[in-house]
Amino acid sequence: MTAHADHRPRHRWWLLAALALLVGAAVLGAMVGPAGSISSTNWHIIWKIRLPRVVLAAIVGSMLSLAGASYQGVFRNPLVDPYLLGSAAGAGLGATLVFAYARSATLHWPVDPLPLAAFVGALVAVLVTYSVGVSFGGNSLTLVLAGVAVAALCTAVQQMVLLRNADVIDEVYSWISGRLSTATWADVRLVTPYVLVSSVILLLHRRQLDVLRVGDEEAASLGAEVKRVRLVVVIAATLGTAAVVSVSGLIGFVGIMVPHVVRLVFSASYRWVLPMSIVVGATFLILADVPGRVLEHGRETPIGVVTAFLGAPMFIVVLRSKRRLT
Amino acid sequence: MSSLAFQDVVVRYDRHVAVQPFTDSVRPGEWLCLIGPNGAGKSSVLRAVAGLVGHEGTITVDGAPLAVRSPRRRAALVAYVPQSPLIPADMTGFDYVLLGRNPYIGYFGSESRHDRALVQDVLERLDLVRFADRRLGTLSGGEQQRLVIARAVAQEAPVLLLDEPTSALDIGHQQQALELVDRLRREHGLTVVSAMHDLTLAGVYADRLTLLHQGSVVAAGAAAEVLRAETLSEFYGVSVSVHHDPDGTVVVVPRRTAPLA
Repeated sequence: MTAHADHRPRHRWWLLAALALLVGAAVLGAMVGPAGSISSTNWHIIWKIRLPRVVLAAIVGSMLSLAGASYQGVFRNPLVDPYLLGSAAGAGLGATLVFAYARSATLHWPVDPLPLAAFVGALVAVLVTYSVGVSFGGNSLTLVLAGVAVAALCTAVQQMVLLRNADVIDEVYSWISGRLSTATWADVRLVTPYVLVSSVILLLHRRQLDVLRVGDEEAASLGAEVKRVRLVVVIAATLGTAAVVSVSGLIGFVGIMVPHVVRLVFSASYRWVLPMSIVVGATFLILADVPGRVLEHGRETPIGVVTAFLGAPMFIVVLRSKRRLT
Repeated sequence: MSSLAFQDVVVRYDRHVAVQPFTDSVRPGEWLCLIGPNGAGKSSVLRAVAGLVGHEGTITVDGAPLAVRSPRRRAALVAYVPQSPLIPADMTGFDYVLLGRNPYIGYFGSESRHDRALVQDVLERLDLVRFADRRLGTLSGGEQQRLVIARAVAQEAPVLLLDEPTSALDIGHQQQALELVDRLRREHGLTVVSAMHDLTLAGVYADRLTLLHQGSVVAAGAAAEVLRAETLSEFYGVSVSVHHDPDGTVVVVPRRTAPLA
């Protein structure tokens, strides 16, 4: 009937196509590895090692992309990633403290304190950022500035700890580069509840994020409760990010790049950016996890290195092709 | 049609008082224009009505105070067109005007068929259908401005606030935008309060002018009463000549202060 009505079914087709791609990526991820492709003898390898890895990659990739898109929405800043308010630095500090002071003491603990420390570190850092930011006005600029300060502080403490404990630098550095190689079903079970809650809350806010695109003031004049939306979205995105960081370390670039690719090739409206980021982010991280397994025999390339190595050129290609179109 | 009344409204930014006790009553369907030099408090009055800045005293629509309304209810009563709207470059015209429906949609809700049909209707009536699928970043300033007004129309609020609606437009688009507001006012019985710098245009379109200076009302009334050379000289520090056209239009023309060589 009208010009605007026809691109909604088209968007649905795109979403279906992206889902098909995700399934393809998952199959590929289950088939490739140092032990070769599927046969009856190595079904055990697939079930115990590769599948949890594929599933965890999907969860981590979708969560980081969704959180990145949501952060970009509430801060109206395209350069923002889910680590913006200090969650990365906080998680890094938490993990470093465990590596430096608690590794041998907690060796026989039934639960690994490392994910817990990273999770708590990320949440505490963002909490401090938020309370400092709000006490100086609570707009997006003061929050971002507070985030910069908190991240700098966490990193400084982390470096001090590392200087006194040079023997754990390798382990900390490898954790910071991110990894999925040790993924187990236990990791999947650990993060799933947080990721589910966070994702549902964020998806429910997709229309609110579209309203925020006209700025705090105009959104308020349209009846939006800007501070409430920002607070809820930041809490939900931080919870999900902290959960996946605790099991996978810091995997960079996904959270900032995937929402942009979705926006460039698809739609800038958050009601499509959020669900599409979930699907594209999951696909991207499953695929990015494949070359690392076979690149160097006997030794894995950290996933964070692969995401940047694959993602950066891909991002440039998308930017270029888009510029030619417009 | 709704009336808008101010009773001893004061606006402060920290210690600075931007609006001294301001009392006025805008009749249903009336167009009041606030004029005055930069920093006189025009925008602050509008922002207080829109709920973007705190105020003392009371502002009422149809006798009921705005301050006790929820943000969404308030937005259903008062639509606000800011001086420099933030235009999301990659949003389509249709989606932009659709934002005007926000006051009628629940927190987790989404637009109904009625909301979309209403936006389509607004775009048709305002002759903006061809911009529905265009990204805002590809439109000219005048086209963007008309979509901002369309968004305010989609808000279906009986009170329309315009902060310098024409400051970024050329003379043709200025006239177009103000004619549009005037038409909407007549068709829908909107009560309009605007802040404007162009005194001639202010006099042409508004029913009544209020001249603010340092937050206080220093002159108020019909264009012919407010737009007088000595008044403008006193409060704007400007040298003008004022002409009265036979049709009642008051024309304000700046004069060179240095003698022509």
